[in-house]
Amino acid sequence: MNRRNLMGALLASVGLLAVGCGSDKAATPATTAAAVTTVAPATTTAPATTAAPATTAAPKAAKKLKVAIITPSAENDVAFSQSMFDSIAIVAKERGADGIEIAKSPNLFVVADAGAAIRDYATKGFDIVIAHGSQYGALLKEIAPQFPKVSFAWGTAADTFGQPNIWAYEAKSDQGGYVLGILASQITKKDNIGIIGPVEVGDAKLYVEGFKKGAADGKGTAKVNVTYTGSFSDVAKMAEAAKTFTTGGADVLTGSSQAVAGAVPVADAAGAAWFGTQSDQSALSKKATVGSQVYHWEDAVREMLSSVEKGTLGGKTFALTLANKGLQIAYNPGYKIDPAAKAKADDAMKAVIAGSVKTTA
Amino acid sequence: MIFAGSLSEFFALNALTATIGLVFSFATPYVLASLGETFGQRSGVYNLGVDGVMLLGAFAGYYTVLKTKNVWLGCVVAIVVGLMLGLAVGVVNVLGWAEQGISGIGFFLFGLGLSELLFEKWVGTPLPIKSFPNLQIPLLSKIPRVGDMFFKQHLLVYLTFLAVPVSAYILKRTRFGLNITAVGENPEAADSLGVSVPRIRLQAQLINGAFSGLAGAVLAINLGIFQQNLTNGLGFIAVALVYFGGWRPAGVMGGALLFGFVESSVLRLKALSIIPQSWSDIAAMTPAVVTIIVLVFVARRSRQPGALGIPFIRHG
Repeated sequence: MNRRNLMGALLASVGLLAVGCGSDKAATPATTAAAVTTVAPATTTAPATTAAPATTAAPKAAKKLKVAIITPSAENDVAFSQSMFDSIAIVAKERGADGIEIAKSPNLFVVADAGAAIRDYATKGFDIVIAHGSQYGALLKEIAPQFPKVSFAWGTAADTFGQPNIWAYEAKSDQGGYVLGILASQITKKDNIGIIGPVEVGDAKLYVEGFKKGAADGKGTAKVNVTYTGSFSDVAKMAEAAKTFTTGGADVLTGSSQAVAGAVPVADAAGAAWFGTQSDQSALSKKATVGSQVYHWEDAVREMLSSVEKGTLGGKTFALTLANKGLQIAYNPGYKIDPAAKAKADDAMKAVIAGSVKTTA
Repeated sequence: MIFAGSLSEFFALNALTATIGLVFSFATPYVLASLGETFGQRSGVYNLGVDGVMLLGAFAGYYTVLKTKNVWLGCVVAIVVGLMLGLAVGVVNVLGWAEQGISGIGFFLFGLGLSELLFEKWVGTPLPIKSFPNLQIPLLSKIPRVGDMFFKQHLLVYLTFLAVPVSAYILKRTRFGLNITAVGENPEAADSLGVSVPRIRLQAQLINGAFSGLAGAVLAINLGIFQQNLTNGLGFIAVALVYFGGWRPAGVMGGALLFGFVESSVLRLKALSIIPQSWSDIAAMTPAVVTIIVLVFVARRSRQPGALGIPFIRHG
């Protein structure tokens, strides 16, 4: 190998090593035990469920439950992944250090990497592997039958693929979206609202549709424009879309996915109001964030874990709704909301819970 | 049917003003990175790793602003990081005679991986930072429409477009610039006249690194955020724009503005729902497609530097 080729190959090798260091989470999952030592009994009240035939295996003896979680973005992304990590932390605290062991693999938005991590956890004897992302469904469909004694969960989705060891969970995010849309229509002074979706699927699509319907129902004159960036993770595209809206006159923005971290600073800088979903996003901007729809997966997680301990490994779908408090609206105390506008949102919430209003067009 | 909404909304004066106003902001990182690469390529060394340098510059700028809240210090730190990487590129390609295509891929992967690693270890989640304050040019910013489009940008936008004629002047009118062109066209002849080819090429790579690092920082600070692979291939587009611009700063700027205009227009058309969601992904590719098409026609008329990509090995 001559000097030219050697230098090039050396550089490429160093580069590949750097990429490997930067993205190899599957190989080194972080394992943590719950911080509290008191073992609390698991609550089994699940939110709304769609029953599917559940297979019952032999009940397992009481032992520390090994739970693995795989997410497409960071543990503290202030959005989708964080909602699950926060919920698991609550359940882990209830169960105590002797009751649960948690392994985490965040930032696996590359499906192939996630597949390797899921197999790794299943092989290493984890009791339940939670693949938190709608892009992981095809992986579980393929992997779950190969590990019939391991429980798998994924979402947001409603399909267990008829597999007895797969749970599915979803968020009826159009409901909170509708309520926030009503509030947005009362807050906008320019009657111009921008909605930025990532990809037109799952809970992101539902949220966008619910918000749009809410804004239209709240104030018919409000102009509501929607755009999708085509990516769950591209904050730059999200920021560019937000800029396009604010420079076009929008004074209220909302969006879904972990990429909203790109849009919130734009709203903040432009003096626009921001509505969040999935997690409480007031941490991204105290000034701009009005409120957020927050996912609470705790009840679903509790039921999945207790079912696994009893020998049932899947076959059921959980759904978060406003009625079962799986979806909650967290208002930013630092943002002053007109009481009349807030009252309209509260009325809308009651109507959604009562089922007396349609939340999508 | 492609256009779902009304095109008249897009051509409304307010929408057009806003769209054109964004063009300069979108084009700025492209112009900066392409200008740097123009210096590099004019000296005979191309760096396909511009994107990697940009990513490290972006992270350095972002992290500095996150910690100090000083956007200008963020730019300075990004330039320093860019200079270091420019030096590394120079050492590998100029002194090490590396195959430039392969080493460029190496630098890209290095920047991609290291910026991701540092972000994960030191930050973890995308935390918003302070962005550049807009600078309203007195009197000019008050001109209806024109002021909104051109004279309410942030300082780096003005400086970037000012750097275009300055770069052209340096390349065409100064001894240093002429030496860059000489070592890029015929290094043996330049060497025989006493010009140090490695020194000039190293200096050009330092300029390239500084511009690329700053381009990354401008992108991150303007967005107010950083994440893994923030540039999303922007550096590769910047390299293509050098060819597009015929290795001339003005041409490079023209390409970047065209790219920015198409990008800004597509975003506006999508935001106004004029492009329906089903066409959204195809529409997102438009800026790259337009660039390639124009490149095919424009690049035919340009001639690349004679010794581009060829290491200079002094014999005897």
